[in-house]
This record gives sequence, C-alpha cells and structure tokens, in this order.
Amino acid sequence: MAARDQHGSGAPWGEEFEVVGKPQRKVDGLDKATGRALYADDLQLPGMLHAKTLRSPHAHAEILSIDVSKALELEGVHAVITGADMPIRYGVIPWTPDENALAVEKVRFIGDEVAAVAAVDEDTANRALELIEVEYEPLHAFLEPEEALARPEPAIHDQKPKKDGTPRGNVSKHVHLEFGDVDAAIDGADVVVEGDYSFHGTTHTAIEPHCAVATYSADGLLSVWSSTQITHYVQRALARVLELPESRIRVVQPCLGGAFGGKSDPFSFEFCVAKLAMITGRPVKMLWTREEVFYAHRGRHPMQMHYRTGATRDGKLTGTDARILIDGGSYSSFGLVTTYYSGQLLTGPVDMPTYRFDSTRVFTNKPPCGPKRGHGSVQPRFAFEVQLDELAEKLDMDPIELRRKNWHGEHTKTVNGQRITSSGFLECLDLVEERSEWKDRWRKLPHGRGLGVAGSMYISGTNYPIYPNKMPQAGIQLSVERSGRVTAFTGGNDIGQGSSSVVAYIVAEELGVELADVRVVAADTDLCPVDLGAYSSRVTFMVGNATIDACRKLRGQVCQAVAEHWEVEPAAVRLGGGLALCLSDAEKTMPVREAFQLAEARFDTLGATGSYNTPTLGGDYRGGTIGASPAYSFTTHVAEVVVDTETGRITCEKVWCAHDCGRALNPILVKGQIEGSVYMGAAEVVMEEHGVNRFGLHAGPSLLDYRIPTSVDVPEIEAMIVESVDPEGPYGAKEAGEGPLHSVIPAIANAVHDAVGIRLHHLPFTPAKVLAALDAREPAQQPAGSAR
Amino acid sequence: MHVLSLRVNGDRLRVAAPAHWSLLEVLRYELGLTGSKQGCDKGDCGACTVLIDGAPRLACLELAALCEEREITTIEGLLPAHRAAGGEGADPVQDAFDRCGALQCGFCQPGMMLSARALLNENPRPSRSEIHEALSGNLCRCTGYTQIVQAVETCVAEAAGAGDTGGAS
Repeated sequence: MAARDQHGSGAPWGEEFEVVGKPQRKVDGLDKATGRALYADDLQLPGMLHAKTLRSPHAHAEILSIDVSKALELEGVHAVITGADMPIRYGVIPWTPDENALAVEKVRFIGDEVAAVAAVDEDTANRALELIEVEYEPLHAFLEPEEALARPEPAIHDQKPKKDGTPRGNVSKHVHLEFGDVDAAIDGADVVVEGDYSFHGTTHTAIEPHCAVATYSADGLLSVWSSTQITHYVQRALARVLELPESRIRVVQPCLGGAFGGKSDPFSFEFCVAKLAMITGRPVKMLWTREEVFYAHRGRHPMQMHYRTGATRDGKLTGTDARILIDGGSYSSFGLVTTYYSGQLLTGPVDMPTYRFDSTRVFTNKPPCGPKRGHGSVQPRFAFEVQLDELAEKLDMDPIELRRKNWHGEHTKTVNGQRITSSGFLECLDLVEERSEWKDRWRKLPHGRGLGVAGSMYISGTNYPIYPNKMPQAGIQLSVERSGRVTAFTGGNDIGQGSSSVVAYIVAEELGVELADVRVVAADTDLCPVDLGAYSSRVTFMVGNATIDACRKLRGQVCQAVAEHWEVEPAAVRLGGGLALCLSDAEKTMPVREAFQLAEARFDTLGATGSYNTPTLGGDYRGGTIGASPAYSFTTHVAEVVVDTETGRITCEKVWCAHDCGRALNPILVKGQIEGSVYMGAAEVVMEEHGVNRFGLHAGPSLLDYRIPTSVDVPEIEAMIVESVDPEGPYGAKEAGEGPLHSVIPAIANAVHDAVGIRLHHLPFTPAKVLAALDAREPAQQPAGSAR
Repeated sequence: MHVLSLRVNGDRLRVAAPAHWSLLEVLRYELGLTGSKQGCDKGDCGACTVLIDGAPRLACLELAALCEEREITTIEGLLPAHRAAGGEGADPVQDAFDRCGALQCGFCQPGMMLSARALLNENPRPSRSEIHEALSGNLCRCTGYTQIVQAVETCVAEAAGAGDTGGAS
C-alpha cells in the first residue's frame, strides 16, 4: 500500500466529525423525490431511433442462415444488424471472452440475442423482428449441471483444451484448493457432520429495466448512456468489439434504477445501440422489456454443495471439506471469480484450521448466471452455517457459543491467507443474542415457532482489478471555484447505494464546506477519473479513500495560504462549517470561500487529484488474490420464524441483523443497505426461484411469476450497526451493501429447525418440502399431540 | 395519431399520440413527464403509479384516450401543488422520503410516493398495517420497505405536530 492510501481513521480536524457519521440527506435525494432525476430511458434525443432485439427460441442450436432483407424493406426500418456485424468476442473477465453482442454461428439459451433492428419507433422495430428469417439446427440442450459435467459433447462453448491436452467439455472453471491436511483433521475429529445442500437460482430484479442510448458524431465520437454499474469496463468492451480507440468512446451512467450485480457485465444492448448509431448516424435507444431482463439474468448461481466439517468434543473446528457443482448457465460472465469466491470467502469469521474446496462451474443452456449481491459466497455460506448449527446440536452447544468459541479474532490471517484487520463479529453476536432474547427463547418457544442464528463476512472490494494493471482502482478529481463550491469528479457508479453522497460527505468534512456547496459528477468516462465500478462492495472503501487523498492535498494548500495571510502556523488553521478559523486567535475567521480565493491567488487554479489502490494482499498461490480484501465486514443474524405444520408454510416474522461496517459514514444509508440485504436474502428462502421449464424456456419472466416481496411480505427488520473502525478504511469505514444478505438465509433455515425440528438443506423452502420433511421425521421427534 | 386533451398537474394539455398508447407512454414520451417510471409495462410493479381523480392508478394499464376529463397528478405535480397551497420546499411526503433514506435507487419511488400521498389524503392517521397495505402495489427492490414506512410515519407524526423523528435534517 502506498503511503498516500493511509489516512488514519480519525476525524480530519481533531476529535469530532462535523458531517460524517451523522444522518444526512443524499446529494440526489430530492431530485429523485421530485421526479427530476434522469434515468437512461428518460433521455430523448432529436431524431432518435428505437431498437429491439430478436432472440433465440432454441436453448442450443446452430444458426444456419439469417435473412434480414424483408425486415430492411419495412418502411421505418433504418438498420438491421446480426452477429456478422460485430463478430469480436468479449467478456467482463478478460480471460474468458465467450460472448458476442449478437449470436455468431450458434445460440446457447432461449433468449440469446440474434439480431437487432433500429426503426422510427418500437412498434415498427417489433414488426421488423417478425420479418427476420433465421434457420436453426437444434442441438442437444443441457439443462442440468450434472449432465453438462458428465457429457462433454456437444460442447456449449468451443474452448481451448487444457495445457495437458484434455478437452474441457462443458466445464467453465474448476478450482481445487487445499489448506492443511483436511482429511487427517476431519478423520481425527471427535464429531463430524456431513451433508448435501443446494441453492437454487435467483435474480436481481432491479425495478429499472436495462436501457441505453447511443450517439455517433460526424467526427467519430461514440457516446453511450447506459444503465450500467461498470462504466469503465463498458468503455473497454465497446472499444474491443467495435474496433474503436477507447479515446473516442464516452460512456455515461445516468441515474440508475437499481442493479445488485445485474448491470455489471457489458451487455448486448450496449453494443447494439452503438453499432446502430454508427450505421444510421442517428441517436438510437434500446429499452429492454421486463421479460428481456429475466433472460439477461446474470443472477445467483445454483449450487449443489457437499460439506463435511469436524470438531473436537469441546467445540473447536478441526477442518472443513467442500465439494461444489456450480450451474453457470450459458456464458462465463464473472464465472471465474464466482468459482473462486465459492470457496475463498468462507474462511471467516469462524476459524478453519484446515480447509479444502473443490468447485466446478459448468455451462448449461440456460440464462447466464453472474454476480448477485453477495457474489458466489451466499450459497456456501448457507450450507456451512447450517452445518455449524448441526454441529452445535451434536455437541449440545448453543450455536452462538460455538461461533464465539471459533471466532478467528482481529488482525489475523485466515487459513487461505486472507488478511483480517478489524472485526466486530463478537459484538455483532452479542447484539443479536441480546435483542432477540436468545437465551430465554431459543429452544423454548412453542412448537411451530423458532429462532435461528448465523454469521458471515464479506469483502470491501478486492485487490484483483479484473484486468491486470498497476494503476489505481479508484481516482478522484476535485475542482474548486471562487464561489466556494467544490466539484468532485468520480468514476464511481452510484447505483442507489449512495456512493456520490459518500464522496460529498467526505469533501464537506475535509474542506469545511457546506454539504450544499459540494457537487458530484460521477460515472462519465469523458469527465471523471477511472473507478472500476460498483461491484465487490468496493466503492465506499476505495472511492472514499481516494476522496480523502485528494482533499488532504487541497486543504494543505488552502491552510498554507490562509496561514500566510494571518501570519500563523498552517496547523493553526481549521476549515469547518463553511468557515476558516484560527485556533490561536478566535478573532481570525473568514468564509471558506475567501480561503479558497487566497489559495488560488497564492498557488494557481485550485484542484487536486486523489487515488486509492489496495496493498499487496492474498495468499501466495494461484487464485490467492481473488477474494483478498483490504478489509472485511462481519454480520450476524437471528431470525424468528413460524412454521405452519398444516400447510408447510414458513413465515419469517422478524430478523435481527447486526453488521460491522467499520465507521458508518451515514447511518441512514448503512441501515438502508442492511435492511435491503435482509429483505432480499429472506425472500430467496421462501419466495423467489429463477428457473426454466423442460425446454429451457424461462419459467416465468415477469414480476408476477417471479415473486419479489411487497410491503406486506417482509419480516420486521431490526438493523444494528457495529463500528469496528478499520485502520485502512476511509475514516475506518468498510462495506455495508452485500455482507448483511449472507447469513439471513441460514439463520432462517436454523430457525425452522428450532421451530419444528426439521433440517432443510435444499432451497427454496417450499411448503411441499416442509411437509415432506415433517412426515419423514422419526416418530420420537414429533411432539406429543402433533397431528402430523 | 389521436389528439387528446388531458388535464395533467392542473394544466389542460393537447397532445397527439397513437390511439393505442397507454397513459404512461403519453406522459413519458409525449409530455416529457419522465418522473413516472416503467418497470414492467404490465401492471405488476407499480412504478408508473399516478393519481387519477385522486386515486392511485397504474398508468401503464390506463389507455390514454380514456383519461380525458380526468384529473391526473404525476410526481412532477406534487411540489408545485404544495407551493401553490402555501407550502415551502417539497411536498412533505417527498421531503420525508428523502430524509429517511427511502430513496435508494429512487426508481420505484415516484409511484410509491404517490400511493403514500393518496393514502394520507384519504387517511391522515394511518396505522402501520394500513401503510403496508396501501403501499403493497408498489414493488421496491432496494429498501426492504422499512425506511419507506418510516418516511410515511414521519409525515403522519409531523402533520400531527410531533417533533424530531430521527431522520436527516
């Protein structure tokens, strides 16, 4: 880590924070509240054409021919493109470029993009799609990951063989890592628990459907406004596929209507609007229907998991052995990372003396999976935390005690080499234990009602920058004008989590200006320094640190200029509350505006840049940097459920969630992230399922069929913030957006066991599964007087 | 094309649009009132909720041609109406949503806030379960609804003269 990235975790001007840590409005809150905020589909440009996509009706097929001539003849149609117009492959991970903007030679799932039309309006474009003639030769469709693993042909992707010459078949990625002698550790354990667990597919369902608008100027500048959470990677992918220099491409993220990982790949629509704008010379918009968003997916990977964990008689874990089969769907997306994350992110907060995981991601002919909030690690966390509950039961221990006993501590290293800095995990355990009245209620509630606990950790970004480079992961540029206004330019993608607001809070804190005098310009590749994007919970940590870095440089100049004017030491100058103050002379004060003007006169036009890069982190082995984070967040959940033994219906009534996010820069936003995470995770247990039918057709691509919770479906959520204050986070902050999702799922599973004595291992927990498990119980386990 | 005469946010507007267009399409793409959002276009998500004669309605399911002679209020109409009635700042619902963190991505919130406004116009002192019920047609994927309900309760408390309720100032 460069010295520039270390700023300490305290307030910039002594003891107290003025802005940070207090409830604040968001910089874009009132614009969103009044309907002024502009999202991608709100942009309308003169002469704009509308584009639509033709999609594959086959799960797996070769394309024999495409005839677009009739579509082109339709009045109002301006261009039709196919895969032949953009044959260069891309992928968000540079090592696995296996996607085409439009299908080349074959299609790999029902909904795969085949052709695109630009026309005067959407109705005309839709009519033109019906006139495109495509001849397919259907191939065997793989819908089950076991079959894709067992049967290499027909290969869904034409992959290079491995180094030893063996074909890869339908395996997308395989990772096998072992830390210590796991077999000996488990064989020598006093108690061993072993079981199969499975996690189904779920999807993000941001309420804003994906949309992009492109223009191509006469002098060859391409501009794309897209609902993306990764402007920088979209710019790179557009350059690659369209064979344009990156310097001629501007990507802007307008206000974004939710993402959760579902907008973190470059997508077909972005290439299509760009190409169609280049061909027609007119602005082109493409707005996906809700149905298309379901096909695009990139949601949570279904995983089949086998876990074996050993422990000593007194409850110390000896080893964990995991074998995971991951259903990747039809493309790689982030799959390389997913496969690593499925093992690498499990090694805390419970200490694992030995650990092995063997994860295999396979391709299937289904909508492609990708990163959804808690990327790759929510599924293993479910299995492992349920297994811990089973272990506690076998040991006759309180599961909270088991977790306390095995906590890996602070400022330590995990078995796979991840550096842990601050950890408030024990405080998180204490809080949920106390608030849920665990000691008085766990195992003591009436039959049908139960409590369950689970815990987890998550990354605050990682030191893996997706494409290898030594440049900063986050950059900030500040400009100061004579009015006293400061503008911060950040590549960071505000996807609703409030990253632009965090930048503004930090600028106000550091430079002493009123929050209303900070503007944030974000996620515009023409204007802003690079930030890698809103994924891996990296933005607050990295963009926050970069902002502090830039502010410290700027304030040094301002303080020096003011000190010279007042003839005092620079250390005697304070900026705060819109004023410059002198610590040694209460008479000396001026508006910060005048301080900026003095500095501009003394130095030059005022501005500063700042950046952040991670220190060298991770284990010294292949893949050791994937999942290596500068700081980890920690979470605990206790869930209270009611299980109706007549209908098999599980209702989660209340969730207590304590989350260690380091310093909470704005507690309102942190609570919003905790509550949103809990709600999303809880719904994955009992409501949501993203699947296909026996033909590979999406089982219900609408918000009526894919049931996300309404306001009457959510549990009561008590969100509690634990502030462990990290030594390297901005003012000690860590992540809050993804960690609090993980352990709510196993907490509910464990609560179901407390309620009715059944162990459910296979998500989602449908009434049918509950009733079957109740029926399968040993008679002795059934409570006296139970009807079942 | 059909020439329609619509009453939107207090204005009488004449607009030409294809006869089959929904009210949402006319508002967004002909009148430029893009505050009303499209999340599904089939009546599932509630992001397009507007007030028609004071009641929350899904603009994506209303044929624009059948909305003549009805009073339409979109999210853009709340603040001016509040000012016209002598208020300051934004409508109390909008302000409370902002202060309480109810606006994460903000995409579902115009519809949500109009549902909340309709509820409070009808029932100035709703219970928590009445709030949950009134907002159950508006899907939000960011918040888990907690801060949204807090925002509505903040409006209720402040209208009743209660003091600080804990949000941002």
